Amino acid sequence: MSNFFDKSDLSRKDADKIVSDTLQNCDDGELYLEDTKSESILLDDNKIKSSSYSSDLGFGFRAITGEVVAYSHSNEISKDSLKKSSENLKSTLKSMKGTYNHDISRSNKKFYEDINPLEQKTLNSKLEVLNKVNEYLRKKDNSVKQVTTSFAGEQKSIEIIRSGGEVLTDVRPLIRFNVSVMLEKNGRKETGVYGIGGRQSYDEYLKNDNWKTVCEEAFRIASVNLESKPAPAGEMKVVLGPGWPAILIHEAIGHGLEGDFNRKKTSAFHDLMGQKVASEGVTIVDDGTIDNRRGSLTIDDEGTPTEKTVLIENGILKNFMQDRLNARLMNTKSTGSGRRENYRHVVLPRMRNTMMLSGNQTQEEMIKSVDKGIFAVSFGGGQVDITSGKFVFNCTEAYEINNGKIGSPIKGATLIGDGPSILKEVSMVGNDMMLDPGIGTCGKAGQGVPVGVAQPSILIDKMTVGGTKL
Amino acid sequence: MVKDQEYLRSKASYCLDLAKKLGATGSSVTVGHSISETVNFRNNTLDESNRSDGLAISIETYLGKKRSSISSSNLLDDNIKTLIEKCFETTKNTPEDEFNSLPDKELLAKEIKNLNLYDETHFDNEKKIEYLKELESVASSEEKIVNTESSFTENKSNFILANSDGFCNGYKSSSFSASCVTVAKDENSMERDYEFTSKRHLSDIKGAKELGEKASEQTIRKLSPNKIGSEKISIIFDKRIAKGMLGAFAGAISSNAIARGTSFLKDKINEQIFSETINVIDKPDMNKGVGSQIFDSEGVKSDTLNLIQNGILKNYLVDTYNGKKLNLKSNGRCGGTTNLYFDNGKISFEDLLKTNSKHIYVTETIGHGSNLVTGDYSVGATGFLIENGEFKFPVNEITIAGNFKDMFKNITLASDLDFEYSVNSPTMMIEGMTVAGK
Repeated sequence: MSNFFDKSDLSRKDADKIVSDTLQNCDDGELYLEDTKSESILLDDNKIKSSSYSSDLGFGFRAITGEVVAYSHSNEISKDSLKKSSENLKSTLKSMKGTYNHDISRSNKKFYEDINPLEQKTLNSKLEVLNKVNEYLRKKDNSVKQVTTSFAGEQKSIEIIRSGGEVLTDVRPLIRFNVSVMLEKNGRKETGVYGIGGRQSYDEYLKNDNWKTVCEEAFRIASVNLESKPAPAGEMKVVLGPGWPAILIHEAIGHGLEGDFNRKKTSAFHDLMGQKVASEGVTIVDDGTIDNRRGSLTIDDEGTPTEKTVLIENGILKNFMQDRLNARLMNTKSTGSGRRENYRHVVLPRMRNTMMLSGNQTQEEMIKSVDKGIFAVSFGGGQVDITSGKFVFNCTEAYEINNGKIGSPIKGATLIGDGPSILKEVSMVGNDMMLDPGIGTCGKAGQGVPVGVAQPSILIDKMTVGGTKL
Repeated sequence: MVKDQEYLRSKASYCLDLAKKLGATGSSVTVGHSISETVNFRNNTLDESNRSDGLAISIETYLGKKRSSISSSNLLDDNIKTLIEKCFETTKNTPEDEFNSLPDKELLAKEIKNLNLYDETHFDNEKKIEYLKELESVASSEEKIVNTESSFTENKSNFILANSDGFCNGYKSSSFSASCVTVAKDENSMERDYEFTSKRHLSDIKGAKELGEKASEQTIRKLSPNKIGSEKISIIFDKRIAKGMLGAFAGAISSNAIARGTSFLKDKINEQIFSETINVIDKPDMNKGVGSQIFDSEGVKSDTLNLIQNGILKNYLVDTYNGKKLNLKSNGRCGGTTNLYFDNGKISFEDLLKTNSKHIYVTETIGHGSNLVTGDYSVGATGFLIENGEFKFPVNEITIAGNFKDMFKNITLASDLDFEYSVNSPTMMIEGMTVAGK
């Protein structure tokens, strides 16, 4: 745990006083302190290309009255700097008066341990793994022309001081291990990327030579793509594989169910609460409480313990994801979804681990039922236009389906659909729910936060595939 | 006030001295300070104020051909000392890389030309509020506009870059930006669009009224869109999308992608990759330029580069490390392009719309569908159907796809270039792409 007052002329008592004084006429707000140590070690083109370490320390001071948020942040933790921020907040809210809400729920549950993953493995043993990955892949096949592999790790310590002196803390470890391989055969180049990670030590993810599995998967994806044909263009049936393809749910549905867009009525879902937005059998939750997952949080960035929030239950829209501000303005409670990339950013309602739960059909049944369509196994990333509800995502591994059988692999194509209607097109839900490998980062309003997704295989009756073959 | 050069210099030289004392054979350090103030409005009322005050330092140490780096936002001397010791310890344990080195001394920038990148005017929050009030009252005046969000940001920054070869330079810069996002609604749909302005000097930004009017107009015309059938059709890219093609092009000619062999433009120097009428220029020394710089992030002087001349690829974007790998001299592009643009074409915007009886005019794309290894391109798109030079109806939920290698050869540019951003393009037509819809 970081001691933020150790090397500063600012004592905890001073901080308490300034916070209480600044927030006394506000509805909500807090002082958020953050200390992050992070590292990244990258092997590329046969060499250790970079080895870097970063230490980031700072505070974000927030005051909210009504709908107005005043925020000021700095990386100088000092009496002077905090006072300057306080004046800045007061000047924005000077003509307003609120009543501070002291309520904040508490929980003793923790979803990861207080470890510092950076210090649990020596630099040399990290370098050794990266070199092994490089040699392993280059020896594997002479079509391997480029290998990039990396470790990224961080330990983020946060402390939240609320008006009245209430203090909430959390220490969050996070690591990621990545392999990217480029193959070249008959003048064609294709890449395959795979990674793993979460909130445990590096070695937890590397045991049993697991790095080899990651290499094999990256190599397999690249090999499949070397044989790929142009993708079809037009509307057709789409079978999605389990696990990571759930970023479809993240983009199509998840963002539209975040509290801020619904309070502001800019989401295509804002007037659909309690209504049927998905086929029967479709249940979607956003869960911050799964042990050691990339999207899990013991408390969110406002201090609220996270929970498992049911968003859609058997096709019916049940809840939005809320931070304290949007919850207050919508007369509901925070779902522990208030997150920020770091102290430089304001809190927004965000997803954690977004999951579609299993149904009872099999992937084989889905494929068999399709005359002409595609089977999408892995995706690169996605994006959504909240207002129109249109969303896209890019296939990195996909196949044609012809007459109920999986055919040739197809080139990376964008799939486009309509968020509010896509889940009504889900006609089969598989029994094979899987979590993603722990690699997702979600972007919103310029802030990236780690997230997870999960889903079983699903069959979507109608989606537009953006290939080149008519 | 942003910290002055003297303060930043003293921090930088403290780092260089310390690295030397520890035994580093070379080192380089960047110290920067930036203050920005943002005010956000929503539906004609104040929504958020945000003040950001950030110091940052990054240090690289060398031991012969070994290198590693650290960065921090904590500039207290004893924290810096701990970090440099850690950095040098890591350097010692990192394997050698023959291409690691500080930039060649003779390539370093010698003089600091004044490009007018700093405007000391302070536009205080009260004035930002006034600007946004006017903007939003204009933006929300049409009945169909149901939501407006707008923002004004003022940023001032200063930095110093110093290395153990004696380079020590930096300068102040500023930016003033305003944006407006509007949501319109009718019985068939809800749509969002935006308008944006960003300049080095306050007096150059677009007026509040103009910004609000444009955002509102652009949003309303998207209402009640149709989906269209799948076909091969010529596509016209609005300027704000056309400039994205340059982004992909710049990524593909970065010396990093070339040296690693992961670009579809590898080994294409002196080859025809665009049609003969196309010229692409990267010009770092534009007066008040949003992307202007005097030297790159290694201190290497940046000169104007003709990247594409009559359709032929003339230069890659080269930094020191990848330059050594490729046997090329750095051309001051560590950190990428500066003010990058397509030169004007010969045909007016109006005539471009009439070149075919039917076009799709694309105003927005979504998704990350550019593959720089293969050149494959596939993204979601929103826009309009144009028939005989006239806008017919809005179109959405379509995708457009092709391969950059073919797309680049089929570009026709209009003559309506202006320098709004750091990357700029005239309106662009590309023939032979596939649209997927119904």
